[in-house]
Amino acid sequence: MELIFGLDHKRPEREPPEGIPVSLLRQGRLPLPNPSELEVLRHYTRLSQQNFSVDTQFYPLGSCTMKYNPRIAHELAVQRGFSRLHPATPARAQQGLLQCLWELQEWLTALTGMAAASLTPAAGAQGELAGVAMIRAYHRRLGDSGRTRFLIPQGAHGTNPASARMAGFDVSEIPCGPEGDMDLEALDRALGPDVAGIMLTNPSVLGTFERQIAEVARRVHAAGGLLYYDGANLNAILGRVKPGVMGFDAMHLNLHKTFATPHGGGGPGSGVVAVSAALEPYLPVPRVGRDSCGWCWETRRNHPDSIGQLGGYGGSVAVLLRAHAYIRRLGAKGLRRVSAYAALNANYLLKELQRAGYLAAFPQRRAGHEFVLSLQDLRETTGVRALDVVKRLLDFGIHAPTVYFPQLVPECLLVEPTETESRATLDRFVAVMAKIRREAMETPEILFGAPHHLPVKRLDEALAARRLEVAG
Amino acid sequence: MPYIPHDPDETAVMLATVGLDSLDALFDEIPAALQCDVLEIPDGISERALRREMEHRAAQQPDLRCFAGGGVYAHHIPALVWEIAGRGEFYSAYTPYQPEASQGTLQTLYEFQSCITRLTGMDISNASLHDGPTALAEACLMALRLRQDRNRAILVPATLWPHWRAVLETILGLQDIQLVLLPMDPGTGRLILPEQGLDEREPAAMIIPQIGIFGVLEDVDTLSLWAEQQGLLRIAVCSPYALAMLKPPVEWGERGVDIAVGEAQPLGVPLSGGGPYLGFLACRRDHVRQLPGRLVAKTVDREGREGYCLTLQAREQHIRRGKATSNICTSQGLLVTAATIHMGALGADGLQQAAWESHRLAVRLQSLLLDIPGVQGTCPGPIFQEFAVRFPLPARYLQDRLLEAGILAGIPLQDWGMGEDGDMLVACTELLDDQDLEEYAAAIRQILQEGRLAWN
Amino acid sequence: MSRIPENLRYSDTHEWVEDLGNGRFRIGITDHAQELLGDVVYVEGPEPGRIVVAGEPCGVLESVKAASDLFSPLSGQVIEQNAEVAGNPQWLNEDPYGKGWIFVVETGAEAWNRLLDSAAYLALAGQ
Repeated sequence: MELIFGLDHKRPEREPPEGIPVSLLRQGRLPLPNPSELEVLRHYTRLSQQNFSVDTQFYPLGSCTMKYNPRIAHELAVQRGFSRLHPATPARAQQGLLQCLWELQEWLTALTGMAAASLTPAAGAQGELAGVAMIRAYHRRLGDSGRTRFLIPQGAHGTNPASARMAGFDVSEIPCGPEGDMDLEALDRALGPDVAGIMLTNPSVLGTFERQIAEVARRVHAAGGLLYYDGANLNAILGRVKPGVMGFDAMHLNLHKTFATPHGGGGPGSGVVAVSAALEPYLPVPRVGRDSCGWCWETRRNHPDSIGQLGGYGGSVAVLLRAHAYIRRLGAKGLRRVSAYAALNANYLLKELQRAGYLAAFPQRRAGHEFVLSLQDLRETTGVRALDVVKRLLDFGIHAPTVYFPQLVPECLLVEPTETESRATLDRFVAVMAKIRREAMETPEILFGAPHHLPVKRLDEALAARRLEVAG
Repeated sequence: MPYIPHDPDETAVMLATVGLDSLDALFDEIPAALQCDVLEIPDGISERALRREMEHRAAQQPDLRCFAGGGVYAHHIPALVWEIAGRGEFYSAYTPYQPEASQGTLQTLYEFQSCITRLTGMDISNASLHDGPTALAEACLMALRLRQDRNRAILVPATLWPHWRAVLETILGLQDIQLVLLPMDPGTGRLILPEQGLDEREPAAMIIPQIGIFGVLEDVDTLSLWAEQQGLLRIAVCSPYALAMLKPPVEWGERGVDIAVGEAQPLGVPLSGGGPYLGFLACRRDHVRQLPGRLVAKTVDREGREGYCLTLQAREQHIRRGKATSNICTSQGLLVTAATIHMGALGADGLQQAAWESHRLAVRLQSLLLDIPGVQGTCPGPIFQEFAVRFPLPARYLQDRLLEAGILAGIPLQDWGMGEDGDMLVACTELLDDQDLEEYAAAIRQILQEGRLAWN
Repeated sequence: MSRIPENLRYSDTHEWVEDLGNGRFRIGITDHAQELLGDVVYVEGPEPGRIVVAGEPCGVLESVKAASDLFSPLSGQVIEQNAEVAGNPQWLNEDPYGKGWIFVVETGAEAWNRLLDSAAYLALAGQ
């Protein structure tokens, strides 16, 4: 589609203001267009129509928890009493907001079985950074500055090693066994006086619950390390098992996954961190506190051992408000039903897809809220790759599952239906997948050429990177 | 139960397919000793009750005319911005990993990148980072990589907002990167350059804010030239409305800056009590390999049709893992969408009109306040939309008192641990009008009068 | 099946080495390596003058979906770099043993003998 810059109407030049030296001013015109309101409205409305979204399509994108984003949460979060609030407003003029944030802090602490939480991290990766930074601060406080290495299971989310490196750690990978659980002997070999801790997702990126978690925690703690929980898959166990009870010392929650705040085409997210009592002093600031005058923002003055500030202000407040509304609406029982139906949908879908001929990567295991299929057999018999299958799905108005992640499983799909999809939607997905499997056997060229019915066909990503035309 | 469609029959059939007889049995691989039955949070409530409760909470924040800034500003947002950005197709989509199904988001991100390069004059902009301060921290890490980590120090001016500096301390501190402070002349609010170059270990880069902490416009050419002469990379900190009026960073000094960052919140993003916002980061073309964050490129499909996709993903954490340029994997997608629509809706002319009006109001308010006996200016230099003023009473007290008049008077500099008791940083935007300024000045005049009466 | 010329020697990190005589050796990535990487979009080899160490990273390769370190199969000093390949990364896909060479190292001849011959590399790449 044409760029917005093509929609331009001339406007008269503006005289520069007096009192500012010419050497500090822009010379010449500002190179932005002047479209009419209707032109802008049409342009971006049309662009929006070129997107797949949860509101318009089934979106079983593994590890991303693409569930319904309740509109009441949006409506309430953007009320003018919240949206027009400048962060420098004195606490006494933002008590309603602070009360909501304080409650959210309390609820998330309770849900995770931790001792305290800080709402400030802007996204999951920033939560991870805060988590490993707190663990670093904890060891240093104990005078233990030789702990320079973090352990991460093979195949973990790429953010884990990247965040550990951002906090100055080296990273070692721990392999997993054939059923998806961690290789405990390899863990023992890796543990030592230089290990600061381990970062784990549970259920893991393979979609299966780490059954030996209590033992893993015991061994890591015995070696002087701490455990970090990557909350990416919390939707699978919400209200069933608490990371604090599993033995974790620090964690983040992706509110844009588990608590139904919108993904917005890649943000904004929120990566709230929660920790055990031992790590509480190090939580990032500001935190929401409560004193004789009501609720307030607590800063480094209140928490001198904090790892500090991660962003300009108190976090993704408008996202936090949506999560607050979601939890308030569902309550304790509703949240337990979230994980129950997320697991039911995943396990049902897995069984039905197996019946349609697809191979589970871990057939002997119960799925968490998502599961891994391997299309290696299809590739060997027909030449059709996982990528071809997911591109063909788009033709049927279904968003692709996550593809080629986790990297441990060849030609894999990671499928996460979420609890808000109906059985009818899942059945249709199975029927489409069965049809695609037949196409792969009979007319594979249909798959190689897919998608056929979208605004564009497969794009030349190599050309994009080589030419690097990134602004117009 | 909210948002879960299954009726009891459907649930039963699906459980039978899985071979189980209860929902709880789905969790049979979790050791029983770890499982919990009780959550210590309240029961759920209806949408009606929730709305009532939250409307009450929202109403506890009084409607204030906003004279506070400090990097984030209450500019006018045209109605159509969130009308479109709030559409489900933008609101409930994910990161555009499947480009054929995400052309809307991708082209919008591409247009955002284009707008930022047009505002700053730089070659390349990423698709945004968490906020201005994190963009600056990432720019510093990028500069260190460009210098191949030879110089693990950054020159940080005292004119940088303290909450931005605090973020640098957190993030750069984790990698033991030294922040070398460049002092400010408190009389002018401008930086003081060392007369004999740098005597400490040479830093990788110098941060150059276009507007200092007291609102005074910096002589960016002189600062950039000096940094060029010292062989430092230059990182500009700028603000989008100011860029509609002021010299773009590509023109600073002789060679322009290497990286330009800023807080793009003023472009259509509500203040929302502190976030979420979005930072931008733009750079020269030859630095692109070290750029953090998402980047969208134009390409063609199999039939030669133009389209857009994410590019240079090999820099990013999901491929390069521990060796990625950053751990960040979000752009602020929805806010980028709003910012792009906002720039389109205002157009160059609307953006400049708002910038000119913000500037006019700030200059007028500054002079109204300085006319009040006992009120002093702190720094004499030219300003854009924000200035510091010294009141004869504590700024926190005045801020508190002006709330009664429906005015958020500004940011007491003591909140930042800076300046004197009476110092306040005051900002104006086009959302205000002349009457608001007069009421602000009148309220100050009256409180000072009371103070004097009480004193006498 | 990928090509493995017999006149070259190979490393287990999928680089090829060509003996140019006088202790000079030209280096690139194998046909098998470029197949694994897919469409190469970026090549960063070591600059002339740099000392490289056998088995250690000395550059970067990026494709659309993958990133990989470039390893040096030999220890020695870099005396030449393919200046054109940076602007034409697709040459690594199109002509990995020809136009897609990456750099030349100067070192002793004995190092050559420790590299894999084509039969040994075929066994490695075929696995």
